Order: sequence, then structure tokens, then C-alpha cells
Amino acid sequence: MVPALQGTWGTPPPTRGNISRIIGPNNTPKKSATKYNSISTMGRVVGKICIKLRMSTIQPNIEQPVSEEMQLVRRAKRGDDQAFEELVRRYDRNVFRIAQHITQNREDAEDVVQEAFLKAYSNLEKFQEQSKFYTWLVRIAVNEALMKLRRRKPERTVSLDEEVKTEDDSLPREVADWSPNPEQMYNQAQLRDILTRTIQGLPAGFRTVFVLRDVEGLSTEETAQALELSIPAVKSRLLRARLQLRERLNRFFQKRASGDGDQ
Amino acid sequence: MKCSEFLNELTNYLDGALDARTKSELDDHLAWCHNCYVVCDTTRKTIEIYRNSELYELPDDLRARLHTAIMTKCSGQKKSGPAGS
Repeated sequence: MVPALQGTWGTPPPTRGNISRIIGPNNTPKKSATKYNSISTMGRVVGKICIKLRMSTIQPNIEQPVSEEMQLVRRAKRGDDQAFEELVRRYDRNVFRIAQHITQNREDAEDVVQEAFLKAYSNLEKFQEQSKFYTWLVRIAVNEALMKLRRRKPERTVSLDEEVKTEDDSLPREVADWSPNPEQMYNQAQLRDILTRTIQGLPAGFRTVFVLRDVEGLSTEETAQALELSIPAVKSRLLRARLQLRERLNRFFQKRASGDGDQ
Repeated sequence: MKCSEFLNELTNYLDGALDARTKSELDDHLAWCHNCYVVCDTTRKTIEIYRNSELYELPDDLRARLHTAIMTKCSGQKKSGPAGS
């Protein structure tokens, strides 16, 4: 008898996003502040207000005027390495997970973590605070990871823009319920092995969108920003990634449920 | 609503990104279409199982090593001047 796991559905770890996390519809940048271009005549104080207004209208994903994250970024920009260290501490686990999901290689993932943070540090001045720092960092990490993947698999073109079949690749073929839950059918090591092998079979473009959106909990808009994709492209890839993963997992979980054994 | 239409909206449905009317139409479809209900339920479980899986967690010793390496390189870069700009 395979021991049941302790975890249950619906209890995501606190560091990850929620499945229903959605950015509201009122995130369209406004142009109201851009007309204040004669700062010299309005005085320094008014100028500062204008800049603040402008910043707040072009940052659709930032809920607070100056987040704690952005305060750390600004301190780091002024040369405070402790602030940058805190940013490393906040996001190193996430960057490592993303990198390993993309590269599927631990050594490469370690390199990606180092290179991504180093690149972020070097280019901090260029970060214009128009998105969350984390989204910007993820963008750097994804690019680094894809470069690693290209070096390892030079025979294949690896790109987030690669065309993937759009017809029948995601349509459900097997529609059997999973019962009991997979976490009750397999022990932790078995389940991890199944999940790893299954997600590794997805094309890099789908895998990356799924990992950012569903594993790391970025919003659709943040995922689009991080990958430089349109929102419809993110949604389309996410749907197909989810359905393809479901279809592939079905082979394991349906089999057990129907009593065919797991070998 | 056809099953293909339901599938097209599945991601928005699971993410709670639908207006009330469309969500209600999808709920109605799920109430009578067993296949779509199962696909929806197992897709939701797919997301949850990956989110809870703790694949590729960063071990503490490796984390400490990476952390030191990153900050050492950053510090070295500061001394030798900004790079890549």
C-alpha cells in the first residue's frame, strides 16, 4: 500500500500565488499627467508632484505608490548592497525554480541564478520602475535560461516565439476522473518523478508560461511583461499547457484509478 | 454552449476572470456536461498538484553558496566599475 501524502487540495504554500489571482480591469494607463511638461515654470514642488502622478499612471501592476520592494530597489540604486542582498534573499528560490524548469538541469539553473542577479545588479540603473522589480528579474532569468537551453540543444530552435501546433495537441482525449486524488495514490518521490517527467515533455514556450503563471503565481499581465508576449498569447499558451499537462497526467492517474496498476 | 466553446474559456473560468453572465453560462454547461466537468476538475487538480509539488526547491546549503557567490561578484563589480552600461 502506498502511503498517502499529508497535503490536500486547496492548500497552496504561502509563498506562491493563488489560482484565482486576477488583476482588475482598470489597469489601462492614463495620459492625464503627461501634459505637465513645463516643470521649470511650475516650480520644483509641483514638478515632483507631476512626476509622482506620471509614475503612478504608468505602473498598472503596482498596487501601492511605493512598495517595500521598490524601496529596496531605490536603496540598492543608491549603492546600498544590503538592500540588494535582501532582494536576492526574497527571490533566489523563485529564480532557481524557474531556471530549473526551463533548463531542466541543476548546474545550469545555478548559473542562471548567479548570472540573473549579477545582471540585475549591473543594470539596476536601467530599471525604470515601470513594472515590479521581480517581473524585471524574471525576464532576465528567463532569457539567461533560454540561452543555456540553446547551448545545450543547439540542434533545436528554442524560443518563446516558436510556433507550436494549434490543432489537436491540447484537446482532451481521455476524460476519466482522478479518484482517489493522485497525492493519495503515490508517495512523494513517485509523484515528484511523474510531475517532473510530465512537465519536461512540454515545449519550452508552454512550460515557461505555465511555470510563471501557475507555479510562481504571476498574473497574466506580469507573465506577459516578463516574457514580452501579448496577453492573448499568454492565455492561449497557458490553456494549451494546462490541457496538455492534464492529458499527460491522466495516463498515470486514470490508470491507477481504474485498477490497472502503475507499472 | 458547445464543449469547444467551454474549453476556449476554461483558463478564464479557472482563473475567475469572467463576467457574471459568461460564468453563469459555463456553470450551466458544467451542470449537464459530465465530460467538461471532468476536464475542468482534473485541469484544476493539475494546477494545484504542480503548485503544491515543491519541485526544484533550493536546498539551504546551495542557497547559502549561491548567495555568497552573487554578493562577492556584485562587490567585485562595484570595485572594478559598472559593467554592461
